[in-house]
Amino acid sequence: MADTNGHDGKPASAGTPAAGGNGASGSGNGGNGGSKLQAVIAGAKATQTRAIEELKETVKAPEKTDVWKSVLRVKHDETPRSRALGVLSNVFLHLHPAKINRDAVAYNYTWGMGGMTFYVYITLVFTGTLLMFYYHPSKIVAFRDILYLESDVPFGKLLRNMHRWGAHLMVIMVELHMFRVFLTGSYKKPREFNWVVGVLLLVLTLLLSFTGYLLPDDQLGFWAVTVGTNMARATPLLGHAGPFGPQLGMTPFNDVRFGLLGGSIVDANALLRAYIWHCVAIPIIASAFMVVHFWRVRKDGGISGPAPVMLESEIKDVKKI
Amino acid sequence: MDLHQLWTILSLPDNVPIVLLLFVVPFYTWYGLRQAFANDRLIAQLEGDPAMAKTHHRKVQPFKTGWTREVHVWPYLLRIEFLAAIIVTVILMVWSITLNAPLEEPSNPTLTMNPSKAPWYFLGLQEMLVYFDPWMAGVVMPSLIIVGLMVIPYIDTNPLGNGYYTYKQRKFSILTFIFGFIVLWVSMIVIGTLIRGPGWMWFWPGTTWDHNRLIFEVNRDLPDLFGITGRVAKIIFGAIVVGLYLGAAGVAIHKLITKTAFNRKIYARMSVLQYIVMQTFLVIMLALPVKILIRLMFRIKYIWVTPWFNI
Ligand code: HEM
Repeated sequence: MADTNGHDGKPASAGTPAAGGNGASGSGNGGNGGSKLQAVIAGAKATQTRAIEELKETVKAPEKTDVWKSVLRVKHDETPRSRALGVLSNVFLHLHPAKINRDAVAYNYTWGMGGMTFYVYITLVFTGTLLMFYYHPSKIVAFRDILYLESDVPFGKLLRNMHRWGAHLMVIMVELHMFRVFLTGSYKKPREFNWVVGVLLLVLTLLLSFTGYLLPDDQLGFWAVTVGTNMARATPLLGHAGPFGPQLGMTPFNDVRFGLLGGSIVDANALLRAYIWHCVAIPIIASAFMVVHFWRVRKDGGISGPAPVMLESEIKDVKKI
Repeated sequence: MDLHQLWTILSLPDNVPIVLLLFVVPFYTWYGLRQAFANDRLIAQLEGDPAMAKTHHRKVQPFKTGWTREVHVWPYLLRIEFLAAIIVTVILMVWSITLNAPLEEPSNPTLTMNPSKAPWYFLGLQEMLVYFDPWMAGVVMPSLIIVGLMVIPYIDTNPLGNGYYTYKQRKFSILTFIFGFIVLWVSMIVIGTLIRGPGWMWFWPGTTWDHNRLIFEVNRDLPDLFGITGRVAKIIFGAIVVGLYLGAAGVAIHKLITKTAFNRKIYARMSVLQYIVMQTFLVIMLALPVKILIRLMFRIKYIWVTPWFNI
């Protein structure tokens, strides 16, 4: 500290932003010995007050900071423009349009069913991923893993229950969503294809639920899946007990059921296959279709209604070929 | 009355969704149809008053001049979505805290569960096993349901009722869907869950599941009733009867879709291909209740007996 080269006029606390020309540091200029130390202390104090000022401003108006602006990219004030941009410039929200039919936001039109189905699906992906940390898809330990989960893992039981009941809820909600879409005639032009995508999502939802049923490897799942896959035996042409199956050379060891189970009975291979379909393949496929589904809702002009009613007298003739 | 048995069935954790279904399906049917009837009243009013039809905003929801027709998603939609997410989370949490997911004994291929039931959403198909062979109930029907649902937008040529609830303008399609969804899908699930007991036998709610009950059903095949015994004769006879059904059902359905003047107008908009596809699916769908009735009333198992398949 006993340096004497203070003649360059720079305060010792050179670490402070250079732009902040504050009066206190000036007093150090040309000083010697003891006043040098004072100058340093004064400089530090000034820096401190400045930092406090800056912090206060940041707390008071965080939206003015560079960090905030870099994250949110647009202003979020009460103007209509900002409200619209807030939705459009957010990756999660931009599936929404900026504005929407004033009557469509009421619960009674869509029942919120599609949205709630999606929300439950997200919940299932979340709880399912947590469950995967505790589960081995092997005949030897699968059942014990569930017992362990229920008795020893913190909140393990809650986790399993939420995944189970969430799955049931999702099936119920998908069916009700389909019912609503039908009742409002929302599958009509131009939304025909999105209905088809929806039907695929319905099938995928049921398959997700079904493949998950086997995983605890208990009597309930085992027999449900046995009953379910026994039907595959009877597939026409491709099952060993189905019409024309035997004639085409189908046996229990080469038909569709064998392909599904990886064997002629529900056993270790079936468990592994169910696991992979349930935890990897179907979620990926279903997510892809959901992306398409939501994209199409937007591209088809948003939610179909509540649209102004059309009268019978207004039906236009179609051109016949 | 065995209330304990009833409670055992209803309180089985995996049956709780069905109990839920018993409430939500009627509720939403009512909720949707109520809005449909409200719209129908407005439509009738507008049809009767062309001057009003020109100026009216054509919704039952209130509207005043000067109101914007669109609102901002933020906050008007997002706040509802947020609220819905919270409510669903709370319901799921409470459900999961109060009711434990079932876990039975470890799987054991040598110990059959009786009754052994598929997951509830497939019970409609399992119920169909009573009336049809597995290749029909387990493979053909699900495939037809999936394809049948997919073709709906392409065969419904009625331009009315796009984007609003209505019953009057879409009577035929709404009734058909309700028949398929509620009568053939949901109620079969309810029967499969709450009524079918050991041996897949029918136990009315409140009766005791008797694991030793035997029912001697004399199940006959239709050709036997007519004294037809030859193999080839049976094949031909079955084909004729099934052909007769297809013809009769086709005619009946045609009558139905051309019944009113309005229906005929919609029918005139159909291409031949659309008509054929629609007939095919409706005739097959109608075959379900027909076969169920034949089975229950006359104890007839098969109509068409062949060496390869039976219907
Ligand atoms: C995993 C399953 C599904 C998810 C997550 C989903 C999600 C959604 C969402 C969020 C919407 C926006 C409107 C609303 O909330 O009602 C929607 C609309 C729609 N969905 Fe789905 N859906 C699913 C399955 C289905 C099924 C099974 C069908 C029909 C068979 C279907 C057909 C449609 C159609 C046609 C629309 C447009 C409706 C309109 O514009 O009014 N979806 N879906």
